Amino acid sequence: MSTAAAVKKPKISVPFDYSKYLRKGKLPHIWCPGCGHGIVLKSLLRAIEKSGLSKDDICMVSGIGCSSRTPGYVDFNTLHTLHGRALSYATGVKLAKPEMKVIVVTGDGDALAIGGNHFIHTCRRNIDMTILVYSNAIYGMTGGQFSPTTPSGSYSTTSRYGNIEPVFDCCELAKASGATFVARGTAYHVQELERIILESLKHKGTSVVEILDSCPVYYGRLNKMKSASQMMELIEKNGTVSVKQVDKLPPEKVQGKLLRGILHKEDRPEYCEEYQKLIDRVSGK
Amino acid sequence: MAEKKKLFMQGNEACAEGALYAGCRFYAGYPITPSTEIAEYLSRTLPRVGGKFIQMEDEIASISAIAGASLAGLKSMTATSGPGFSLKQEGLGYACMAEIPCVIVDVMRGGPSTGYPTGPSQSDVMQAKWGTHGDHPVIAVTPAYVQEILHETVRAFNLSEKYRTPVLILFDEIVGHMREPVMLPEEGELEVIDREKPTCPPEEYLPYDAGYEIPPLAAFGEGYRFHVTGLNHKDDGFPTNDPEMIQEGIKRIIRKIDNNKEDIWKNEEHYIDGAEVVVFAYGSTARSAKYAVRELRKKGVKAGLLRALTLWPFPDEALKDACQKARAVVVPELNLGQIVYEVERLVDCHVEGIYRVDGEPINPMQIMEAMEKYS
Ligand SMILES: Cc1ncc(C[n+]2csc(CCOP(=O)(O)OP(=O)(O)O)c2C)c(N)n1
Ligand code: SF4
Repeated sequence: MSTAAAVKKPKISVPFDYSKYLRKGKLPHIWCPGCGHGIVLKSLLRAIEKSGLSKDDICMVSGIGCSSRTPGYVDFNTLHTLHGRALSYATGVKLAKPEMKVIVVTGDGDALAIGGNHFIHTCRRNIDMTILVYSNAIYGMTGGQFSPTTPSGSYSTTSRYGNIEPVFDCCELAKASGATFVARGTAYHVQELERIILESLKHKGTSVVEILDSCPVYYGRLNKMKSASQMMELIEKNGTVSVKQVDKLPPEKVQGKLLRGILHKEDRPEYCEEYQKLIDRVSGK
Repeated sequence: MAEKKKLFMQGNEACAEGALYAGCRFYAGYPITPSTEIAEYLSRTLPRVGGKFIQMEDEIASISAIAGASLAGLKSMTATSGPGFSLKQEGLGYACMAEIPCVIVDVMRGGPSTGYPTGPSQSDVMQAKWGTHGDHPVIAVTPAYVQEILHETVRAFNLSEKYRTPVLILFDEIVGHMREPVMLPEEGELEVIDREKPTCPPEEYLPYDAGYEIPPLAAFGEGYRFHVTGLNHKDDGFPTNDPEMIQEGIKRIIRKIDNNKEDIWKNEEHYIDGAEVVVFAYGSTARSAKYAVRELRKKGVKAGLLRALTLWPFPDEALKDACQKARAVVVPELNLGQIVYEVERLVDCHVEGIYRVDGEPINPMQIMEAMEKYS
């Protein structure tokens, strides 16, 4: 990746000045107090700062949902599209301007339910873009219906007696579909998330980062979690194990937990580069 | 001067040639009869001129991808037929709302549902107008000859670039698959319009500036860092809940087409002056109508044809003018009566529809018989 070569390691001042990347006039945002989406955005912005990417070179594309409102607040080229279709719009942008860094922000419903078909085919093509799936296990924007990542047995406004459906494992799905960078982070482990997103930005090809995130207002309330911080503690204590620790832990401490970190990385021809080769081969003929 | 290139080609191929001539450099589509040759042709020709072709996973992805590519600065097109056109409706509305130039071809086939894939039809003409939800502007062109498909495709791109809106090209299986001689236009022969880009400093750029009838459109990645959404938005492109702004925003996208109908309309008239019985037709059906009118004139019947090359916005004025002296207007359609209601709305004389949905074309005899009744 051309930008990877340009990655400098600027010292990030503490506290980090997010305002450089925010459209201040568009704040306050629509997210509820305690929502995880803002925490994820902060990790993303710090990762972007470290990546050395310029604001003009970034195109952020989203679908529809609370998470998909992110592009409205950030000072990049931004495209808020249709529910589930962000990856298709992003594919058009990327093919038209391959030199741009395309970042897709999408919810678990947006990416894996209505957008599921686009998700698997985008991964298959290995077109260069970073896909951040804000996975809060619920449809936040429409008021708390279950999504493809709502755990079995959980409550939502459309699973009042407990969800009887099994979940999608977003990362397994991405890997099986052909994504060449697959990782999982959380809205609790914010520094780790920043590092993961930075790596995903450096990767050439389709990179998928599933971010375990929280919707205290719907998922939390319906599942008897008392507060936003309690939800965060749950992510920390019960939900995940880092890939770095997994070999050192006894099986009972790993069972039923999701892995955090970079789960898969491979080099495979990237779609836009392959297309350019094709153009070079046939142009003028 | 070099000899003009005369080729024998199919309507679908002529459409692809028209797109290339107009400067289309991005095509996204999903195969569907009877439109597939457009994709096949462009998959071969686009990369030769440095353009991009991508076969997407479905029609929704296709229309989304062309909107994305257009926002990043490329003239873009997709093509489909009935079932795919239904799937594209939400994306079409998005392009209307966000004012994204792009061209959508619908080579109409019999429906509803999977219907009659290899049979001609004109049953998507109302879907073209009302298929996507919400009030929105529509431009649809309806060529009837292979050569004309090429020219009208160029015109469709020009209108979409000029008015910053999606433009539909509607033709049917008959002309899509018909082969006729086509003269390829030379460079500079046909007008090619490119969208207006902003010249102001990026900090001052308003992508939906109501001060313009058609606001200039920047491309992503060229320093303007603007925001695009399908939500009702203000002139800066960001969402709004302000009732006045919501209403004004929708009215503006409709007004930009309404105020420029004279420029968008295109009709062909045949023996229309003083015609006592008029046939109003579009697309391949108009070919039979033209033949019918010629034959009737030979018999001394004062018959005339008004053929719409722009079906939407509907040619109100031309139709009213054409029917000034008419006792009746006949409307042949390869559907069970869609445009006929637009005609009824506008004229005082008798209106008779001729319909067919059996997969066969409407022949000149049918039209002659209907028209002769009013002679
Ligand atoms: C075609 C379509 N269907 C349904 C909706 C309604 N809708 C809006 S957002 C949403 C779910 C969003 O959930 P998710 O993607 O998980 O994002 P979150 O709000 O939780 O961040 C739905 C169903 C829509 N906007 N468009
Ligand atoms: S509804 Fe849930 S996901 Fe949406 S902003 Fe509120 S807390 Fe966040």
